[in-house]
Amino acid sequence: MRNLVSSAIAIVVITAVFGFAYPVVMTAFGQAAFNEQANGSLIKVNGRVVGSKLAAQEFTGKQYFHERPSATSPAYNAGGTTFANLGPTSTELAKNVKAAADAILKLEGPYNPGLTIHRIPVDAVTTSGSGIDPDISPAYAALQSRRVAAVRHLPLATVQTLITRNTDGRSWGFFGEPGVNVLELNLALDKLGGK
Amino acid sequence: MSGQGVGQILVYSLVLVALSYPLGVYMARVYMESAFAARGRLRWLGAVERGFYRAVRTDRTKEQDWKSYGATVLVFSVLFWGVLYAIQRAQGHLFLNPDGMKDVPSHLSLNTAVSFVTNTNWQYYGGESTMSYLTQMAGLAVQNFVSAAVGMAVLAAMVRGIARRSAGTLGNFWVDLYRSLVYILLPLAIVVAAILMWQGVPQTFSGHATAHTLQGATQTIARGPVASQIAIKQLGTNGGGFYNSNSAVPFENPTGLSNFVEMLAILLIPAAQVFMFGRMVLARRHAWMVFAAMFVVFAIGIGINLPAEQHGSQVLRNSGVNITMGHGQSGGNLADKEVRFGLANTATWTVATSDASNGSVNGGFDANTPAGGAVPLVNLFLGEVIFGGVGSGLYGMFFYIVIAVFVAGLMVGRTPEWLGKKIEAREIKYAALGALFVPTMVLAMTALSIVTRSGLASIYNHGVHGFTETLYAYDSQGNNNGSAFAGFELTSFSAYLGAIAMLLGRFVPMFAALALGGALAKKKIVPASAGTFRTDGPTFAVLLVGVIALTAGLMIFPALTLGPVVEGLMH
Repeated sequence: MRNLVSSAIAIVVITAVFGFAYPVVMTAFGQAAFNEQANGSLIKVNGRVVGSKLAAQEFTGKQYFHERPSATSPAYNAGGTTFANLGPTSTELAKNVKAAADAILKLEGPYNPGLTIHRIPVDAVTTSGSGIDPDISPAYAALQSRRVAAVRHLPLATVQTLITRNTDGRSWGFFGEPGVNVLELNLALDKLGGK
Repeated sequence: MSGQGVGQILVYSLVLVALSYPLGVYMARVYMESAFAARGRLRWLGAVERGFYRAVRTDRTKEQDWKSYGATVLVFSVLFWGVLYAIQRAQGHLFLNPDGMKDVPSHLSLNTAVSFVTNTNWQYYGGESTMSYLTQMAGLAVQNFVSAAVGMAVLAAMVRGIARRSAGTLGNFWVDLYRSLVYILLPLAIVVAAILMWQGVPQTFSGHATAHTLQGATQTIARGPVASQIAIKQLGTNGGGFYNSNSAVPFENPTGLSNFVEMLAILLIPAAQVFMFGRMVLARRHAWMVFAAMFVVFAIGIGINLPAEQHGSQVLRNSGVNITMGHGQSGGNLADKEVRFGLANTATWTVATSDASNGSVNGGFDANTPAGGAVPLVNLFLGEVIFGGVGSGLYGMFFYIVIAVFVAGLMVGRTPEWLGKKIEAREIKYAALGALFVPTMVLAMTALSIVTRSGLASIYNHGVHGFTETLYAYDSQGNNNGSAFAGFELTSFSAYLGAIAMLLGRFVPMFAALALGGALAKKKIVPASAGTFRTDGPTFAVLLVGVIALTAGLMIFPALTLGPVVEGLMH
């Protein structure tokens, strides 16, 4: 009985401090110190939110760099993230990988003579962990660069410069792996004009 | 494996030791000094602390024996479980629900409440599409603090039992709980949350954002008070994400640096507790040997998982796509993994989260190669004692230590001793119960699940991999880890059986630990003699690893052959 009363009081106090005071104070601090990040790293163009630096979005147009495949429903759902959860010997995984590879061969082949499946980087045909991985590998960006340059009538070097500029390197040059932020890259391309 | 990847793993290990040692020294002071923060500039903290004791009507100088301590833990946990269940059931009618989440169904609420109270954080739901902000921050995140603090308190009590001689009591639960929460978890959580916000983790009460994409579609972007919750989910070996894909989601884990900090947070407190133990029982060399044994098993895990993932899965190798590292990619089995982490960081995380009872993930386990996926499966089965859960990891390791000195005693034909205490029949019984109960239960529940229609309904990938999913589910819940081969689906059967696994998996070893602590506290100290088996040398560390491998490792082996081994041999 004594335990019951003590526990009830402790629960009220602990919930007030750790369930309300702590997140409220952290929110106030975050909104003041890291306002952009605290609100979801949203990207605005002419005052309109076009996406988040931290979320992939669907790109199917030939003038755009494309994202990695996504297992969310619909694809790139930043309100319902998920893994694909297909096992390493799954026939469905084999089917998905083949379909993704075939689509890439068809799309990029005309701009990359002699392109074979052996040159397609693995991130291009596999779903990401979140379903909204905002990055592609520099290898996959390089593969797509000729198409984008051709469709937009830009020199390849210009597109390559933009890729480099929109590559997030390792943190402090050491932690993690480099990735090319697809949304930021496509925005930079749109800003250049061209088609 | 790239030099870069190995370099990151080495730096991780070094920073872990460099931070956990001083933290362990500090924690020993927190639990040992009755007047901690009572004097000096931090006097006001002491005053607040005394206010809490008055509120919960406890006299901090009055200590409890192991039974009374355990009873308080139990009443407190059950009552808190009720609160968490009620919040979920009523969230649709409560405040802080900007996106209109509905009440959570009863079987899911029950499983989730058990899951968070037992420090498991198994999740049969997607956080961003199921839980209101109120449930996340005032329900689930509170339990992230509290379930961690309960584990830490029980460990502190047990370590006192080892340190004391001819004593009847282990400490006062409310004191240990308060100090774990306020002097250890809260300051660390504030620091980690601040770093995460800086790196890009959201922290807002505004609802979902809507974006109008470049191709003219609309995209919903889930956000909320994320950073405050992720910080404690990592530090408290909880692991329950704000988002469904956990720390694979860029909003939980945006950069290489945030990933490094979150990985450190997984093992920081469990590693520090080893050094804390060394200080509290005045056996620092012994603690280093325990640390060494843990570290060796940790390194072996990475040594198996990383090359297996780099080698790639059967399907990817057969497909012909380029999985070779270099030329602008990290390559390997990137299915359900993120580009910015690559393989080395996903492998380190996978091993750390399954060694500790954290259970957070930064990539999907279901898609791991058979050998890569077997690593977390086995790590869980060892009982989460390789660093392990906050508190629960080290008291779980004590069971194995007792068994190890017992085995050593049998070999030299002397009564086994540990830190000057004679280990007798009673202690061995508690240790054996603590070490063997959960693995036995896990195997039994897996068996039950794969011979019943309702059990089979949860399987997502058919065939051998489906068996592995099932085994992993009960392994994870029984050992209070919470990571998953995430295809495994929610049914009433899996919700209730899982809840039972989590409850028994939490409280049976916890009571065995308290009982063992109580028994050891009563004993006198026997002076060491020439015949005493030394527990402060490398021989002991080797013996300890061997005992763990023989006890739990051999128990999982038959099940392992039915799952990952067969899968690895297929095709």
